[in-house]
Amino acid sequence: MVHDKSVLLEIKDLRIEGYTGEVWVPIIKGVDLTLHRGEVMGLIGESGAGKSTIGAAAMGYARDGTRIVEGSKIEFDGMELTTATEGERRALRGSRIAYVAQSAAASFNPAHKIIDQHTEAPLHYRIQKRMEAQEDAMDLYERLRLPNSKEIGFRYPHQVSGGQLQRAMTAMAMSCRPDLIIFDEPTTALDVTTQIEVLAAIRDIVDQFNTAAIYITHDLAVVAQMADTIKVLLKGEEVEQQPTEEMLDNPQEDYTKSLWAVRSFERPQKSRPEGETPLISVQDVDASYTGGDKVLDGVSFDIHKGMTVAVVGESGSGKSTTARVITGLLPPSNGQVLFQGEPLPPRYQDRTKDQLRQAQMIYQMADTALNPKVRISEIIGRPAQFYSGLSGTELKHRVDELLDLIELDPSKFYNRYPPELSGGQKQRIGIARALAAEPSFIICDEVTSALDQLVAEGILKLLDRLQNELDLAYMFITHDLATVRSIADEVVVMQHGKVVEQGPKDKMFTPPHHPYTDLLLSSVPEMDPNWLTTLLEERGVDNVGEAADV
Amino acid sequence: MGDILGLVLKRLGFGLITLLIISIIIFFMVELLPGDIAEAVLGQGATPENLAALREEMGLNKPAFVRYFEWLGGAVVGDFGNSVVSGERVSTLITERFINTLFLAAYAAVIAVPFAITLGVIVALLRNTLFDRVANVLTLTSISSPEFFLGYILILYLSVKTGMFPAISSLRADMSFADLLHRTFLPALTLVLVVTAHMMRMTRAAIINLLASPYIEMARLKGTPPWKVIVKHALPNAWAPIINVIALNLAYLITGVVLVEVVFVYPGIGQALVDAVSKRDFPIVQACCLIFAATFILLNLAADVGAILTNPRLRHPK
Amino acid sequence: MSVFVVLYFACLIIASCLAAFYEKRGPFILLFSLTLISFILGIVGGTGALRFVAIAAAVLAFAAGVAFCFREFLVVLLPTKIGKELKTAPLTAAFGLFVIFTYAIAAIFAPWIAPYGESEVIASSFAPADENMLLGADQLGRDMFSRIIYGARNSVGLALAATIAAFFLGAAAGLLAATKGGWFDQFMGRFADVIMSIPSLIFALLMLSIFGPQVFVIIVAVAIIYAPRVFRLTRAVAGNVVVMDYIEAAKLRGEKDSYLIRREILPNSTAPLIAEFGLEFCFVFLLVAGLSFLGLGIQPPTADWGSMVRENATLISFGDITPLIPAAAIALLTVAVNFVVDWMLFRSSGLKE
Repeated sequence: MVHDKSVLLEIKDLRIEGYTGEVWVPIIKGVDLTLHRGEVMGLIGESGAGKSTIGAAAMGYARDGTRIVEGSKIEFDGMELTTATEGERRALRGSRIAYVAQSAAASFNPAHKIIDQHTEAPLHYRIQKRMEAQEDAMDLYERLRLPNSKEIGFRYPHQVSGGQLQRAMTAMAMSCRPDLIIFDEPTTALDVTTQIEVLAAIRDIVDQFNTAAIYITHDLAVVAQMADTIKVLLKGEEVEQQPTEEMLDNPQEDYTKSLWAVRSFERPQKSRPEGETPLISVQDVDASYTGGDKVLDGVSFDIHKGMTVAVVGESGSGKSTTARVITGLLPPSNGQVLFQGEPLPPRYQDRTKDQLRQAQMIYQMADTALNPKVRISEIIGRPAQFYSGLSGTELKHRVDELLDLIELDPSKFYNRYPPELSGGQKQRIGIARALAAEPSFIICDEVTSALDQLVAEGILKLLDRLQNELDLAYMFITHDLATVRSIADEVVVMQHGKVVEQGPKDKMFTPPHHPYTDLLLSSVPEMDPNWLTTLLEERGVDNVGEAADV
Repeated sequence: MGDILGLVLKRLGFGLITLLIISIIIFFMVELLPGDIAEAVLGQGATPENLAALREEMGLNKPAFVRYFEWLGGAVVGDFGNSVVSGERVSTLITERFINTLFLAAYAAVIAVPFAITLGVIVALLRNTLFDRVANVLTLTSISSPEFFLGYILILYLSVKTGMFPAISSLRADMSFADLLHRTFLPALTLVLVVTAHMMRMTRAAIINLLASPYIEMARLKGTPPWKVIVKHALPNAWAPIINVIALNLAYLITGVVLVEVVFVYPGIGQALVDAVSKRDFPIVQACCLIFAATFILLNLAADVGAILTNPRLRHPK
Repeated sequence: MSVFVVLYFACLIIASCLAAFYEKRGPFILLFSLTLISFILGIVGGTGALRFVAIAAAVLAFAAGVAFCFREFLVVLLPTKIGKELKTAPLTAAFGLFVIFTYAIAAIFAPWIAPYGESEVIASSFAPADENMLLGADQLGRDMFSRIIYGARNSVGLALAATIAAFFLGAAAGLLAATKGGWFDQFMGRFADVIMSIPSLIFALLMLSIFGPQVFVIIVAVAIIYAPRVFRLTRAVAGNVVVMDYIEAAKLRGEKDSYLIRREILPNSTAPLIAEFGLEFCFVFLLVAGLSFLGLGIQPPTADWGSMVRENATLISFGDITPLIPAAAIALLTVAVNFVVDWMLFRSSGLKE
């Protein structure tokens, strides 16, 4: 088949403004975009870069509270969308340009069956009769490897799992065989193992029908699998655009380079001292939330002084719950936690001040971890005041010392409030607050996952330095294996509330693995554009779906 | 379907318990009176003989909880005892008045509900336009005005100055229905004005909330025409919030009716309650309070049950 | 056709044309539909109806002007940070602030502003207005204007005291329930549900019938009735704060509940709580006014707006608007507070995004 490679979508000098309740402020500041038939373009950038807004604009659609500024040009297949009537624009949507949203669970109407929502567009545009449209839907479900493709469409959205729903939405977007599909972060809400099948399904179907696509994501490794070209955005402006391979091999702009920077940091692995009592010992812990099923089932592992233990697993694996049991927020229903060989009271309310001081926590979202209405000096100063009874100049001195320790200038930050700080700075303040208590053990809950690559690396280096200087033990909760590689000494892999495998890092990263560890390790997208293809070949395409549906 | 039945039964049970607790509050609050009911009714000039006689007649010599169960048992079958002022049966005094009140509330509701919901939806669709802002200011003003303010303005302009409607709603048994509607138009209109404003604002908020859902955006991005987005995608999910708005406002009507009845001298149960309060006729006060509270709870119950029955997630369980 | 009618329509049509010329869609539609409605009004209601519309428009324009001037006045007077926020306030909110300000002045300086005493009889009953009495006399021959001024002190004061009482009770319980959680939270929630399922006016009437209409009883009754509403909102607002990680961090540090509430939760709940205070004040004010109107509020001879409406109600049947004045005073303040609250709620919801 000879594919037509003519230009399908041409956006010139796109400017979009958003209403803050008082004034209109620019969100997109003059972006150009050219998309050919059958081409897949990846739009990548942090939150607030305006990727999603551009995606909607490609359909001639401005979300509530936004408007496309006059002078912007959006030409779809010879038709100028900015000057077209609303009716003309609407006639394109669903039929020639389709949309796949981030959260399929929220984007399917809970009141109608999936297949009725699927056939809405073909029936509306009188492309097919109801029976034909339903047959076609089932065919698409089959192609997207949905289980029970004949029957699944007759369920209601809440009766279907997230990964399946996302595939059903891709099928829905395909219902009128559009020329262009906008994918708006379609796998962000999914787990890594579920993500694979959805990615594979999307890539196949786009390929089969030679549909052009705009693929919006913040995940570089994902976009590398999906896109022919990549466009990088920053704060509503284009940074650069190149074909995928070149972009990965040879980024031009500093910002892109910083995004691409591979984790270079990897510290030497420490091994467990012989015969020493572990600092923290989790022993055969079961736990459940009130009235629910067991979320932890016989979890046991040790953390030694000055060492880093990474706890890995997908959402729902129980890694955060383990942290809650250790800190005493959730008393275990069975088993216990030892600190230096002594059992800790199960409830934090019953622990002594010193026991509380010894174990500190750093959180994933620095935004919710720091009280926005309290000055930095008090956030950091309070633990020092509370545990060590410091006050006056002594306290100020201590706060300055802590700010120095986390590499922030005390004179600049002492009197500021958290909302005035950047993400990385906030995370550093979170670390300083933990250090202020002079602990021996810190739980780091996904501390780098909300940060950009470079900033995250800075945080990891800082944590490593602090560990060496202060002889701290870390429990590192993460789903990111790159982080595990760079900082862990030992690894604990969790699934469905159980520890499936544990041991020193080097052993964990060399086969043979437990099958789940294997699945987890291999499912994390890599920057190599051929990664997905290779992986699917290795696994054999047919059992991709089953692997993750367990 | 078992889920739904369970939820509805649970909700009904909770409503019943609430009503029971409220009956306890209403009954025992009167027990908190300094002295007792007999003293309060007869006043300071009462002789010990009179007091004893009244206590005997009202059964005040029995322990409080025994009297509570007697009272509750009577209330269940519509017997609230006798008035301490006139000695007549409370039920005969208030039954007709209660029907009158229900008539007035229904009259107002029949006008207000469709009117307010329609306007609320229109305002939600035209949000942030000038029309919306004007509606916002008008409804806020209406909500902020005491019922008697609106009532007297209507009397002044529609009755005293133009003579279109009577200012006082005296009812007679032999009135034709048209005459009845005409005579009770002003109190009904007052209630309509207040309730419409409330209902419009709540409907607007509910619809705007609904239109912000991702599935509404998805429907728009599928090329669905605006009317179909509303009818097919928004409406099936809008029942619960709309039922809630209606029930809350009907409940509000029940309270608002007291002041309006006094303004228009309407022979309803609110008027009876106010009279009884000033005469300290406790059996009537207790009966009226219980009836009002029961109606209020019933409406809230209806709203919750409606929300459960129209929830698609519950209608089609996994 | 009178000169007035000609002028009236000329003004409307010229204004519509101007709006259309400058492509102001909203004002154009408003003005033009007003023109069309005026035709019908003019035919049905005659010049009188049109005159009414013209007066209403003039009053609105005047109110807008006052609001604008007051806003600019505040912006100039207050420190730059608050001034900047005020500059973005809509005219309705500025108008609300102006009205609240005026009422506060009237209430505080009542004895100096009012020409006569609160219960001073100076004329025959229902005497019409003259140069001594701005608004005429009431049913006992007391100066209506003076009583309205004193009423600001009594009616608003009582409602304010009751609101504060309800607020302290409800907010304290709400904060505590959110912080403590568990069975205490559950119990308080259920308890509030039960109290709230008795209509407020009915509950107030019940309590007043038992304990008699005294100021103290009214305050306690209102506090009991409205505390659950405040409780619910505070619980919801604090509930959003309590789930934050910084609260968990403070709990794990071993901080006491009092520290959590004071330093961590309250600073993050003040904005919605202030707005809620305004809203509750409106409800309480209307409830207390309703009680007074029923004769169960502040007892005579103390001047109180609700009772003044009731005492002078008979005048309505003679087409006299005197009883409407205290009622309008109640409505105006409630509208004003609602306007300000509306703006504050809009601001706090806008900041979230």
